[in-house]
Amino acid sequence: MSTASTATGNVPTTNVAAVAADTRSKMISGVVMAVVGALALWGFGLSSRVSNGAHTQFGLKYDPTQTGGLGPISAPAQEVALALTSLAVLCGLVRAFAPISKKVQLWLDGVYFASLVVAFLVWAAAGSSVGLNVPSIIVLTAAGAVPLILGSLSGLMCERSGVVNIAIEGQFLFGAFAAVITASSTGSLWAGAIAGCLGGALMCALLAVFANRYLIEQVVLGVVLNLLASGVTGFLYDRVMSTNGGTYNQAKGFSAIKIPGLSSIPIIGELFNQNIIFYLAYVLVPVMWFLLFRTRWGLRTRAVGEHPTAADTVGIKVIGLRYRNVITAGLLSGLGGVWLTLGLASAFGKDMSSGKGYIALAALIVGRWSPIGAFGAAVLFGFATELQVALSSLNTPIPGAYLAMAPYLVTIFVVAAMGGLTRPPAASGKPYIKG
Amino acid sequence: MSTPEPEKNEAADAAKPATAAPKPQPDRPPRDWGVIIRNVFTAENGAMVTFLAIVLALVVGALMIVLSSTDTMNKLGYFFASPGDFLSSAWNDISSAYSSLFKGAIFDPATISGTPEQFFGPISNTLEYATPLIFGGLAISVAFRAGMFNIGGQGQLIVGAIFASYVGFSWTALPGALHMIVAVLAGIVGGMLYGGIVGWLKAKRGAHEVIVTIMLNYVALLFLGGWLLNTSVFHNPAAAGQAISKPASSSAVLPHLFGDQLFTDIGLLFAIAATFAVAWFFKRSKLGFEVRAVGLRPSAARTAGINVSRVQIASMLISGALMGLIGVTQTLGLANPNNNSLSPNIDAGLGFSAITVALLGRTKPWGVVGASLLFGALQAGGALMQTQAQVSIEIITVIQALIVIFVAAPQLVKEIFHLRAHKIDTGQGGDEATPTVDPFHTTETINVAGGEE
Repeated sequence: MSTASTATGNVPTTNVAAVAADTRSKMISGVVMAVVGALALWGFGLSSRVSNGAHTQFGLKYDPTQTGGLGPISAPAQEVALALTSLAVLCGLVRAFAPISKKVQLWLDGVYFASLVVAFLVWAAAGSSVGLNVPSIIVLTAAGAVPLILGSLSGLMCERSGVVNIAIEGQFLFGAFAAVITASSTGSLWAGAIAGCLGGALMCALLAVFANRYLIEQVVLGVVLNLLASGVTGFLYDRVMSTNGGTYNQAKGFSAIKIPGLSSIPIIGELFNQNIIFYLAYVLVPVMWFLLFRTRWGLRTRAVGEHPTAADTVGIKVIGLRYRNVITAGLLSGLGGVWLTLGLASAFGKDMSSGKGYIALAALIVGRWSPIGAFGAAVLFGFATELQVALSSLNTPIPGAYLAMAPYLVTIFVVAAMGGLTRPPAASGKPYIKG
Repeated sequence: MSTPEPEKNEAADAAKPATAAPKPQPDRPPRDWGVIIRNVFTAENGAMVTFLAIVLALVVGALMIVLSSTDTMNKLGYFFASPGDFLSSAWNDISSAYSSLFKGAIFDPATISGTPEQFFGPISNTLEYATPLIFGGLAISVAFRAGMFNIGGQGQLIVGAIFASYVGFSWTALPGALHMIVAVLAGIVGGMLYGGIVGWLKAKRGAHEVIVTIMLNYVALLFLGGWLLNTSVFHNPAAAGQAISKPASSSAVLPHLFGDQLFTDIGLLFAIAATFAVAWFFKRSKLGFEVRAVGLRPSAARTAGINVSRVQIASMLISGALMGLIGVTQTLGLANPNNNSLSPNIDAGLGFSAITVALLGRTKPWGVVGASLLFGALQAGGALMQTQAQVSIEIITVIQALIVIFVAAPQLVKEIFHLRAHKIDTGQGGDEATPTVDPFHTTETINVAGGEE
């Protein structure tokens, strides 16, 4: 972002050196992966939790009391955990030493993570009579990912057009607040949703004006806007909502819409029995990809984010496009705020976004500034944060706090492993001054 | 942004014939007080912009107080029937809020005849609230001058607080003052280590410090609140069901500075010492010089033989250490509300307030002190405002954020108040003010320079 250019100074700029650094980084991360896999093998596969023929139960019905449908699967815990963790170690070693293409590497990473996660689940639920409810974990993950997806798409639109949006957190808060107060006072959920989106857009408009017109350093601006949003919503909460909760702060939510046919698929059927914001978030991912990479608007946006001077030369109005994109992005992050209140049918609380805006930012970075990548990272982070809910009843030796830390640690690991190899849009965070 | 060039050239042009001609310009008055006074009201005058920014922020705050007051807004319904009702009610809201803000921060006129403790009470509160902000502002400044944003104050101060707290309640065998000193040092070391991770990842792995610090904040927060405070080592058995640590033993607690009645501890002395140290660091030390060089233009610094990685790590270590001192005053100081024990919200948002302080103080050590005193006063007054005028203390966060935004956008202040962009040239020479060092513009230069790499 803004000072990223100082970081690139540490990365060798010549081509040969870059390739060498690439190979070295590939080897180091592969070895690290193998070592982590070996630790998992010891921790999950050989622990007393899975020994003595303990079995792990995986429930396959969203509502276990329902009759009919698929019965639970019971697997021998130790064998499965050992097999999966060995697979993970193997993936790490292949990634480190075999000459493989980028594509295969990506697949290996996927298999690695998946096998480690499943091994962990097998270990965590070993010996429990209830077991893990797979459909419920899937739904929790998908729902937990919704604000992250919306937030990271908002950040993506901003950064792709050259404005850093650290203030996603503030846009969530403002959107959530505007949604609740409007929905409660007008009695219309739709009015609330629109107000929430506009609230996010208002915060983004502030970002756009101060970044483009008054040239405030954008990372600092984002932090200050987050403070502002937290202060304004907290103040109004204290003054208006805490005393008149019934009038201004009702917990209302969109009702679920059952998609016929799809919602009766076993295991994942519940994904098609969600509310409109949920569907919208997931539809927006391919839409954003299409817009960004297949339309004239997308090409212009990327040009403005990579090389505004060149874009200006061919007649693109750089500042105008930035304003439009940043404010439109605010609608998305505002919708993320709407999800936190109207989507989850909960009332507004002070600082209720509790860091989700920052996780969305992390998803954007781990997803390397692409809609699909950000989506993948958002789902991964949604899984990590929601998993502690599923695991809280299982009494695992790993405290929930460590699971909740996972998205943050993964992000640090990714930015440290990729370092200068991954880079944001070149002009991101730099104001464009014509002339 | 502002280009004083053309005027300078004019001045130079005007000066040339003046030196050529034997007679100095007789038509120009030697000193025009009107012009000098008008020159105060220019966008170039940093102090003026800061003052107007504070005024603007307070005006917006007043608007919010009125708009959120249901009583007053009900009177707005019949504004045209009886405007006085609304106006007096609005004035009441504002004056009661801001007068209690003043009474809580500076002094209460009612205490003039009271005891000295009552009279100096508000000021000592202000000083106590300003103390952590001074550390934080200095910490941000040190990192910033090296070209880095330390958004990780929250995490660093939490780790510092954990270290200080652990020494505070467990190493009780240490005698008296030594215990306190060791606890303070432990806090410094904690923050330093946590900040050092960031510097190391930045210098050696090219990881962007903004992202790493944000993530480390949450790691520290979850580590403390989600796990550490529930462990048998830290959790206070007397507070069952609460995530609170054992209280620090009294020998580790920072003593009062001005007597037991006043709410200021010796953390303030540490803060002043830290300010002197940082000022010396920037002005006189070799490392400080290198830090500034790296911050201005890393590529040039590298060419000049400065080890950029080392400087980045060092500045993050120092920044983290200063943040760790916030952790110390938050746990061992008088500001701690829980009998000097650790709680999940020990950071009190100070890691982020620190950024606003550093920017308002323009990343200069004594500027930071001034900004801290202002924000400390707002905090102290806000506490009284909340209890006396029932105006939520959250308004202080709003006012702080607005002040910083306005200060960072002098152009906006200029437009609102119709300030001149530049000084009127009085032909005096010599008193041409150098443009104030604005942190935002410094980074802009870095970006432009770095972008070419």
